[in-house]
Amino acid sequence: MYQYNEFDKAFLLNRAAQFRDQIERWQDGRLSEDAFRPLRLQNGWYVQRHAPMLRVAVPYGELSSAQLRVLARVAREYDAPEADVYRQALDAQRKLGTVRLPTHHAHFTTRTNVQFNWIPLAKAADVMDLLATVNMHGIQTSGNCIRNISCDERAGVAPDEIADPRPFAEIMRQWTTLHPEFAFLPRKFKIAITGASDDRAATDWHDVGLRLRYGENGELGFRVTVGGGMGRTPVIGTVLREFLPWQHIMNYIEAVVRVYNQYGRRDNKYKARIKILVKAEGQKYIDEVEEEFRQIVEHDGGPHTIPHAELERVSAYFVQPSTGSVDNPSDPLARKAIHDASASIPQFARWLERNVAQHRNPSLRIVTLSFKRLLQAPGDASADQLDQVADLVDRFSAGEARVTHTQNIVLPWVHENDLLALWETARSVGLASANVHLLTDMIACPGGDFCALANARSLPVAEAITERYQDMDELEDIGEVDLHISGCINSCGHHHSGHIGILGVDKDGAEWYQVTLGGSDGSQASGAAQPGKVIGPSFSAHEVPDVIEAVLRAYVEQRTESGPRRESFIETVRRIGLDPFKTAANAARTPMEVSA
Amino acid sequence: MNAQSRIRILAAAEHLADAVTHVVALDNDADPFAYGEAIAQAERVELHFPNFTDGRAFSQAYLIRRRLGFSGDLRATGDVLADQLIQMERTGFSSAVLAEGVDPADAQRQLDRFAAFYQGDVARDAPFRRREVEAGN
Repeated sequence: MYQYNEFDKAFLLNRAAQFRDQIERWQDGRLSEDAFRPLRLQNGWYVQRHAPMLRVAVPYGELSSAQLRVLARVAREYDAPEADVYRQALDAQRKLGTVRLPTHHAHFTTRTNVQFNWIPLAKAADVMDLLATVNMHGIQTSGNCIRNISCDERAGVAPDEIADPRPFAEIMRQWTTLHPEFAFLPRKFKIAITGASDDRAATDWHDVGLRLRYGENGELGFRVTVGGGMGRTPVIGTVLREFLPWQHIMNYIEAVVRVYNQYGRRDNKYKARIKILVKAEGQKYIDEVEEEFRQIVEHDGGPHTIPHAELERVSAYFVQPSTGSVDNPSDPLARKAIHDASASIPQFARWLERNVAQHRNPSLRIVTLSFKRLLQAPGDASADQLDQVADLVDRFSAGEARVTHTQNIVLPWVHENDLLALWETARSVGLASANVHLLTDMIACPGGDFCALANARSLPVAEAITERYQDMDELEDIGEVDLHISGCINSCGHHHSGHIGILGVDKDGAEWYQVTLGGSDGSQASGAAQPGKVIGPSFSAHEVPDVIEAVLRAYVEQRTESGPRRESFIETVRRIGLDPFKTAANAARTPMEVSA
Repeated sequence: MNAQSRIRILAAAEHLADAVTHVVALDNDADPFAYGEAIAQAERVELHFPNFTDGRAFSQAYLIRRRLGFSGDLRATGDVLADQLIQMERTGFSSAVLAEGVDPADAQRQLDRFAAFYQGDVARDAPFRRREVEAGN
């Protein structure tokens, strides 16, 4: 992991002090509400439905055990509303049918950040000071600026990796942090980067998507896409460069963002993302970017060209750790114990199959801890669970974890000898659901239970589907399905890219849900990135689980099998089209029961 | 590269009293290159922030300073907040007229807060470029 030096640490402390100063000026009226809003947003502080929300940045998803413990402390000591705030929140949500609003929790987001829902604004500055002790912050986790860069959850450990994207992600984190020109863009701006052949970072769905590749002469560079995005108008990024030498990546992104800053629309929030500019201007936008890039390099002298020495300096932080059991030889006895256990304990065998992936080091494994289980929202972790994860990370993964954009935690440095011990410990703390990539490993935003923007609640839908699909044999039989749920068109739950997408909509004050099929995040298993298509008028909340079941049943009936190879859900949708699924979904419509 | 010089903070009255002959005032949707000749003749260029959330003038400032090589006074007018002064300085502004009601002491404190930044700007190279120079590369 990158280690903060004195400069980085001093910078964060200054930022925390600056925010304390801003809060004080806001509290005593020297800073107006309007002027304070973007300042608090650019430090990760929202004002949500019931209370403030803090979004803490996890740059490119990497977390240390020390950081996890401080997040646990924030959850335990600060994530609690004042009594009247909580009472009002419960009263408001009960009217919708929600009875549980957990406090003392953290939530992993689809941008691999961490959110807290209940910290009073009066404690904001103290929390930022506490986070700064482990080099954490909320810088640019909100606002119309360049947001946290997301990355392949298996960066640096995946067997299919061309080059490790993390050194570039870190260099770009630094370049984007408090960039003076780009703090008040027309709209938010998101960058994703991967170095693998399988795109696990949904790069084509980002404002800028970067994929490392080698050029014709063996030199490293990026494929650059621009103008992808979800929201009201889902758009797949346009390729601006099939190959851009790595040294120039920041010069190039500066050109991309500068042209956007000048010409992106500011009159309509829904047309302000760069995707709209790229679509509207097409080649003209690309020509402008190329000309600006040429000027940055030739006239301005390439102020952001990455020197070899800098890449080497930063890359040195991203080597295989030598702590814990990473360097241990493979133990034949441990291997036999694991083999025997998997033969006698079906849950363990399933977990090995689902949650454990190959590593570039043959002695190591990549393990996913699933945060998708009954009684807790997708991606939610209690203070105790965060501490438990920190312990697992220290004991089994050289002190390092990753937050995934599917709202789970990955342990990237697990020795194969340790798999049984890890599983037993994870199971004892409820973090061993063997459902990675299956239906219940769903993405869901906090929705109308917490978010001020939501049109409908996401979590009850997620819970109803999770409850219905508790039979692991059935889940395995259905196979891999990406189910993504958003509570509004802002698409934080990535419904557009779900094989099955569920979007909450508001009809006359009631919660309804639009269902889409056939979306893809761009991973190999899902095919080229594309938005799903709506299968008909929206469904009421109580119909949704039946509709999902009907759609899945239609798939099971229609799928083909040849030998051990069974057609996946997304493959069947692509092959037979939407009509059979529309028919099945419509048959599952039922009139709303009238409650007595 | 320009030597590091600090942005001048002006009250509205000081701005009004600071009359010069050749002023080019640009709206924030103007393309600076279309005004290249006028800018070359100007003593002062004024860039307007109709609202502090509209960041177009930051890019205009960069282009005027770095690309057009303007060396006169580059001034921010309009909705200028204390917390944006450092950004203005770093994108090439040399003076800024504080919006009504902004305390100059608050403004100065925000300017002095950070000793250095991560990325290169109009005033200074990025730290990694400076390290290269120091190493004699």
